[in-house]
Amino acid sequence: MDSTILMFLVQDGVVNGAVYALLGVALVLVFTVTRVVFIPQGAFVAYGGLTMAALEAGRTPGTAWLLLVMGVVAAGMELLRRWGTSPPRVMARILAVDIGVPCGLLAVSLWLPGHGLGQWANILLTFALVIPIGPVLYRIAFQPLADASVLVLFIVAVGIDLTMTGLGLVFFGPEGYRTEVFSAVSFSVGPLNISAQSIWIVAMAAMLLGGLFVFFERTLLGKALRASAVNRRGARLVGIPTSLSGRTAFGLAAFIGCLSGLLIAPVTTIYFDTGFMVGLKGLIGAIIGGLISYPVTAVAALVVGLLEAFSSFEASAFKEVIIFTVIIPVLLWRSLTRPHIEDEE
Amino acid sequence: MSRLAKPSIAAAALCLIFPLVPVVPEFWVTLMNYIGLAALVAMGLVMLTGVGGMTSFGQAAFAGFAAYATAVLSTAYDVSPWINLLIGLALSGGVALAIGCITVRLSGHYLPLGTMAWGISFYYLFGNLQVLGAHDGITGIPPLTISGHALTQGRSYYYVIWGFVLAAVVLSENLLDSRVGRAIRALRAGSVAAEAHGVNTARTKLVVFVYAALLASLSGWLYAHLQRSVNPTAFGLHAGMEYLFMAVLGGAGNVLGAVLGAAITMILKDQLQNILPRLLGTQGNFEIVVFGLCLVALLQTTREGLWPFIARFGPARPDKVISPHAAALGARSMPEKGARLLQVRDVYKNFGGLIAVNNVSFDVRAGEVVGLIGPNGAGKSTTFNLVTGLATLSGGEVTWLGERIGGKSARQISRRGIARTFQHVKLIPDMTVLENVALGAHLRGRAGVLRGMLRLDRSEEARLLREAARQLERVGLGDHMHRPAGSLALGQLRIVEIARALCLDPVLLLLDEPAAGLRHLEKQFLSRLLCRLRDEGMAVLLVEHDMDFVMGLTDKLVVLDFGQIIATGTPDEVRSDPKVLEAYLGGVA
Repeated sequence: MDSTILMFLVQDGVVNGAVYALLGVALVLVFTVTRVVFIPQGAFVAYGGLTMAALEAGRTPGTAWLLLVMGVVAAGMELLRRWGTSPPRVMARILAVDIGVPCGLLAVSLWLPGHGLGQWANILLTFALVIPIGPVLYRIAFQPLADASVLVLFIVAVGIDLTMTGLGLVFFGPEGYRTEVFSAVSFSVGPLNISAQSIWIVAMAAMLLGGLFVFFERTLLGKALRASAVNRRGARLVGIPTSLSGRTAFGLAAFIGCLSGLLIAPVTTIYFDTGFMVGLKGLIGAIIGGLISYPVTAVAALVVGLLEAFSSFEASAFKEVIIFTVIIPVLLWRSLTRPHIEDEE
Repeated sequence: MSRLAKPSIAAAALCLIFPLVPVVPEFWVTLMNYIGLAALVAMGLVMLTGVGGMTSFGQAAFAGFAAYATAVLSTAYDVSPWINLLIGLALSGGVALAIGCITVRLSGHYLPLGTMAWGISFYYLFGNLQVLGAHDGITGIPPLTISGHALTQGRSYYYVIWGFVLAAVVLSENLLDSRVGRAIRALRAGSVAAEAHGVNTARTKLVVFVYAALLASLSGWLYAHLQRSVNPTAFGLHAGMEYLFMAVLGGAGNVLGAVLGAAITMILKDQLQNILPRLLGTQGNFEIVVFGLCLVALLQTTREGLWPFIARFGPARPDKVISPHAAALGARSMPEKGARLLQVRDVYKNFGGLIAVNNVSFDVRAGEVVGLIGPNGAGKSTTFNLVTGLATLSGGEVTWLGERIGGKSARQISRRGIARTFQHVKLIPDMTVLENVALGAHLRGRAGVLRGMLRLDRSEEARLLREAARQLERVGLGDHMHRPAGSLALGQLRIVEIARALCLDPVLLLLDEPAAGLRHLEKQFLSRLLCRLRDEGMAVLLVEHDMDFVMGLTDKLVVLDFGQIIATGTPDEVRSDPKVLEAYLGGVA
């Protein structure tokens, strides 16, 4: 392996690792706040990339319909719960937000493709369609189970992932797609060719991680999320509703997933089931971070990216095996360093 | 099993003649065969998830291990499939043991995560190894032969599969109804209570995990010789998820629920694979959308799955028979009255900056009731946890009959005859009172997994149950022994915990607020019981807030406040101690 290949692999690893870091951090966020091991995190990556691809191809993405259906279900559950207790004004607002907004977005999605307003309009619409799926998903699937054990929530998360992947196949078909690059420029640094897209990916990831730091340290909502993560009951007692924290965490996770999808779709062909493996690699980072530490997760995810790059060069057929076997020594180390008797749930 | 005797004989008879009826289409025989294969895997998951409170997404990979083992050995090396079965079981069991050893000590979600990684690794590893035929797999696997008779027909193979299913049902039910089974069922309620009664919970978890893996590999071996070919797809992560779906659907807590879940899933899958692509106009595995939604809806509405709805029509589970002739269990010899048993010296415990227990020292002698009292947050329960090994000492020493026990595990300490109850009751609500109490006698039995499965433990089991019944009679709850623990009042549950602790045959009994929630007469009864135990030579250390109860019962009181001892002495001395009055009443009254 000469230095050119080395540099190339490092670049490749850092770009992938940056995406894994984003997803890993989102997984830690969701787990600490809601105790859900968010397996469908990767599905948002695929939804983001494929929604964008559909818009570019001039088609109405299935996610627009999905959002409407989910909105109807969520509104139905909410109205049923509030029946006879909340004033009509509140009920009307629920209908307007849960069903009205998705209807509006669907109308835009039906209209937009024929009128090509360009890449940025497509990106905005992709965000608008995919991000709300997160909080609505929380309300439908997880809020009724807020007091269930981690294990039950885990199994539910797997169920959601199966559903989202299957729906991805229904919406987008079995073919893979790539989207247009944000900018086609590339730079030459010595023998290395760095594309603007990879700079975009790394820069966005770094910015987002920094933004999350500011969010948790400086904003009230961020602090409320941290409080919920430390002690849900305590947070509830001081007036932070568990459901708000949960919806916010899921919204952030959906945003991070969607953004990751938009970032990698120009450089990687996205299939309906691509997200699963991508998400799991973020999860490996999160597991190494103990599903609790953001910085350790980010660094570990970066290492996973590098390991992937090098193993795909050295033993490409076995790269998945190598990456997923990495967690075994990590779990062993955790098991040996902190053996304890478990008594919760 | 007797509860289900009639329906299961009818079901078994139906299963027996099913493939013999010539009008039954081949399709249904094939479907039944695959249901049987899936049921075996799902049964392991029921034991793991529904009963033991753990879960795995890697069961399909365990099946794959055995399937590939027999595929390779029987095609390339001509080894008999029956020998391959043993090899496959050993391989899968070994891998399960390794994965289990790594994850059982970690929080609950690391096992499913670990098995997920294992499932993916398995798929890509076997899909890329040329020796194993890569993604095409291995074909031309010979059929299973029984005394020279090759089972090439689905109708004859049917009996092999369902014979194994039947055996697995019986062995699993037997296992759950044994000493080890009680320990397995106790896992779901957390490890603390089980460990405090001598159960090695990490080992118990490992036993269930390996058992589940063995059932999966049995299924994989059968699959290989039914299909006569193997490829990695059938053993990937999605297959693993499907098996979990079956277990959750059928009834996470019941062995027969696995068969039900497997049957519904396989039939549903077959139907959906016909209907959905036609509905949507394209090809694809759309049934996973339905499975995923079902899983979410199911866990939101009933965590018990569908089996309870069917079991409702069957006869109720008969009460356990307590054999009056079962020999009494061997009992410990009690130390001489007045002998110094427990010595607590300068015990110190801090949680970060909070000092919970600060240099506390006291003794407990045989035949003595010692009360540990003090306002809320004084460090009483923490002191209990330090003595029983549930919390680790930050300083000081605890000695038992001259032996240092500070730093020993709860399990090791329980073995020395120190039993306890908990401030927050730790019983398994869906187990009967009798079985909950019998868990306390865990250390007084020997029977392991195999003896339990093969019903060779019956005489010991009768003795354990008789002891549990005896202790329940002793605490006055004999009439409630066959009810589920969850149906009793809180005060009664505290007494059940005392019976469970007594089953350990303790020398020292630690009771954390035993009288809380009891009515007046019940308190008097408890008081008399504790006096009787004291007269038999047992030592009792209790935390209690009811001062009438404490003052009338104890020989000695230790008063804690803010983690420190502020007074020690007889009830009368303590009652007039100005420091105690200050702590309780905020000044001399």
